[in-house]
Amino acid sequence: MVTINGRETVLELPMTVSDYLAQKQYQINRIAIELNGEILPKYQYSDTMLKDGDSMEIVSFVGGG
Amino acid sequence: MTEQKLTREQINAALNERHSPRIQSLLSKGNVAIAGLGGLGSNIAYSLARIGVGHLHLIDFDVVDITNLNRQQYFTRHIGLYKTDALKSLLLDINPYLDIHTDCVKVTEENLADLFRENDIICEAFDNPEAKAMLVNGILEHFPEKKLVSASGMAGYESSNTIRTRRITKNFYLCGDQVTEPSRGNGLMAPRVAICASHEANMITRLILGEEDI
Repeated sequence: MVTINGRETVLELPMTVSDYLAQKQYQINRIAIELNGEILPKYQYSDTMLKDGDSMEIVSFVGGG
Repeated sequence: MTEQKLTREQINAALNERHSPRIQSLLSKGNVAIAGLGGLGSNIAYSLARIGVGHLHLIDFDVVDITNLNRQQYFTRHIGLYKTDALKSLLLDINPYLDIHTDCVKVTEENLADLFRENDIICEAFDNPEAKAMLVNGILEHFPEKKLVSASGMAGYESSNTIRTRRITKNFYLCGDQVTEPSRGNGLMAPRVAICASHEANMITRLILGEEDI
């Protein structure tokens, strides 16, 4: 079980952060990711495996300012 | 009426009277970069200048446009001027003794590390979602020890109360309703953008004064 944006989610592990983002069709250039309390640098998305017990928040930026 | 220039001592005395000398000495030492001087950034800069945050770094590449006047702190006489120059002159009208540094540049992944090196707190106040994400990721990567206050979702005229401040990680705060982007009939408007700007400005004020909770 992985907590994503506050919701407990069952994933078919193994899965990388990149895999998850692609599956959910996130726009990579509009997000920041917090994984277990730290910001995950973009260059680590493709080799970071999601593990049971992880907590991830995907912050999606919308326009306006 | 001739304008009388206030002395530094007069302005400091007034700020001390309002805020107390202990609080004011912390505010005067505050060092904040504001990236983007539109509806968010111009309002944030006004708030911080009024309370005497001593060191402000204003960054924007754009000029004032007539469509900015519905929410940004500029006047018709500023149309066509760089926002950095227009805003700096307005802030110095509020307090001529602030240390205000401007950079009329577009923030990129390449110049980001140089631009924000000197600032303790960084305020993301861009309009464009890709620019917001680029700045947030870049700052958290290059300067994980700095405080970052960002915003997402403040268009339209929905409830004021859906705009809030969240702490995403130890040093990363996010203001806004997180979902409302501008659309036809629900564009960016002064009241709600200013609410979000004030969330950012108040969080920055709290951080300068040593309060890290939201």
